[in-house]
Amino acid sequence: MAVDRPDRRVFLKRGAALAGGLTLGAVEPVIREATASGQEVPMAKGQSQEIPDYSSDELIAYGERARFVTSVREPVNGRPSPDEFGLVFHVGSPLQDQVGAITPSALHYIGTTRGSFVPDIDPAQHRLMIHGLVDRELIFTMEELKRMPSVTRLHFIECAGNRASPQRKTLIESHGMTSCAEWTGVLLSTLLEEAGVQEAGKWIVAEGVEEVKGASSLPIEKAMEDMIVAYAMNGEDIRPQQGYPLRLVVPGFEGILSVKWLRRIKVVDEFYMTYNDYGHLRREADDAALSYQIGPKSVITFPSGEQQLPGTGFYEVRGLAWSGTGAVSRVEVSTDGGDTWFDADLRGEPQPMAHTAFSFNWTWDGSECMLMSRCIDSIGSIQPTREEVREFWGIAEGERFSVKGQDNSIQPWRVASDGSVTNGLA
Amino acid sequence: MGSLKTLLVLMLLGASSVLAQSPTFGLGRTPTAEEVRVWDISISPTGAELPEGQGTAEEGALVYRRQCARCHGRDGTEGRAPRLVKYDRDGDVHPWNLGRILGIRSPYATAVWDYINRGMPLNREGTLEPDEVYQLTALMLYWNDIIEEDEVMDAQSLPMVEMPNEHAWAPLPDYAPGQPRLPGYPY
Repeated sequence: MAVDRPDRRVFLKRGAALAGGLTLGAVEPVIREATASGQEVPMAKGQSQEIPDYSSDELIAYGERARFVTSVREPVNGRPSPDEFGLVFHVGSPLQDQVGAITPSALHYIGTTRGSFVPDIDPAQHRLMIHGLVDRELIFTMEELKRMPSVTRLHFIECAGNRASPQRKTLIESHGMTSCAEWTGVLLSTLLEEAGVQEAGKWIVAEGVEEVKGASSLPIEKAMEDMIVAYAMNGEDIRPQQGYPLRLVVPGFEGILSVKWLRRIKVVDEFYMTYNDYGHLRREADDAALSYQIGPKSVITFPSGEQQLPGTGFYEVRGLAWSGTGAVSRVEVSTDGGDTWFDADLRGEPQPMAHTAFSFNWTWDGSECMLMSRCIDSIGSIQPTREEVREFWGIAEGERFSVKGQDNSIQPWRVASDGSVTNGLA
Repeated sequence: MGSLKTLLVLMLLGASSVLAQSPTFGLGRTPTAEEVRVWDISISPTGAELPEGQGTAEEGALVYRRQCARCHGRDGTEGRAPRLVKYDRDGDVHPWNLGRILGIRSPYATAVWDYINRGMPLNREGTLEPDEVYQLTALMLYWNDIIEEDEVMDAQSLPMVEMPNEHAWAPLPDYAPGQPRLPGYPY
């Protein structure tokens, strides 16, 4: 069957020419693309079959995804967002649908200090103040910050609430509070060097401008190492939910420390026990040490909890791996519950404190199996199973326990013989 | 001549404001003392930044009824917002095991002040006067059997209050780039 496929560019040009004043009567016959079977393919929203609608945001100004793609964020951790007070608290990213290492900005997980209204900040009015134990207190406009030398880096941000647990059925419930974006901004060290940190300055307090003015204490060593005062993510201005117009990115550390809507950095001499510090206080030293950074971690995103394999045969098992102390150096996958491990393929060059996508070619023979992945990071730390953590701390078998600090334990997914996928811890 | 002097003064002022900018990139400016004072709401454990003002729990009870009771309940235990009190606390129970009650969990009384000052009341954050924050802080401490009802809390007395959790929290470890999270922990 002959298929008539007119050149779209020619059509658009003609359309533009027509819109420019030629007689509309000269429009060519309606353009239709046809598949080999002869099925007509309708035009997308915002497009006209005659003259393209240039007033459509969809076509020209700001593109939307296909209406058939329905993947969305969901409130997680048992509290609705917005809650009864209208506050947004924990909203997970649909990692089960994510392809590659970068989370789309519109799907980046949201976490706020205690629940927050997303502030509506005019960047022309926004300021960043650096003060405290510095030689020169400074206040910057957004325009000035954007004139400073910048960096662009991939970093994940992850909330402390993410943990593999028997209660969590789906990936978004167990791991949805981690996301990875390409962040652009000024290194905090650049700004602190301009201000001149005094000898006594050992900590910083970073504070946002939202109604609660969420604040955290952070060590000056980390501030000088790699913190970014970021104004852009994934090629555009940071989204309001992510801290527009300015946020701190603290690579590898617990997500609450990456203060959003950043307006103030105070250099101080001690841990300040400020708002977020109090909220995340730990009783035991081991727990505190392990809660600071995210350990080596990975999770299989496909197939994952509550998904259904359509039948036996080939599947590309996909997942994400990351570490708060460096780059991913290796990811291993097991299909037999951890008895044997195979190297997964890593996508691209793993970046420090960034998600790395991995894949593993797998042919499912229809028998029940347990899929697991584990991350080995650039300082040689290995992602543990819950069992390994239990044994390390000498906890009796069968005793209920939580993984100390940030839970980086392995998430097993059980594939039943009918192809249904469920949480292997349940 | 006078206008030349004025011009010289202006030039000098101009030069000093250039110096006040960041030295390498010449961007930003020096905030005024008033700008720093208004924005700096961080209260350290020493209480160095506490403003003038004072209050007792007795006074705090009146402010509480007006500003807090709607969400936290009449006595701090029965609202839909977080619980604020453990009445008749058993001295044998470790304060850590009483949950996240601000007036008990907080290792410093200054942190209670900071928390109320920056975070309360919901939707009207930042509207409490320093006296009211001292009064409410005193109420939280009195309700949880830490101070007396008529004890005056101010910039001098508040940092001196000994909290039940003062020595029961784990400081964060010294951070160094590229090091394991916990020495000896392989994971």
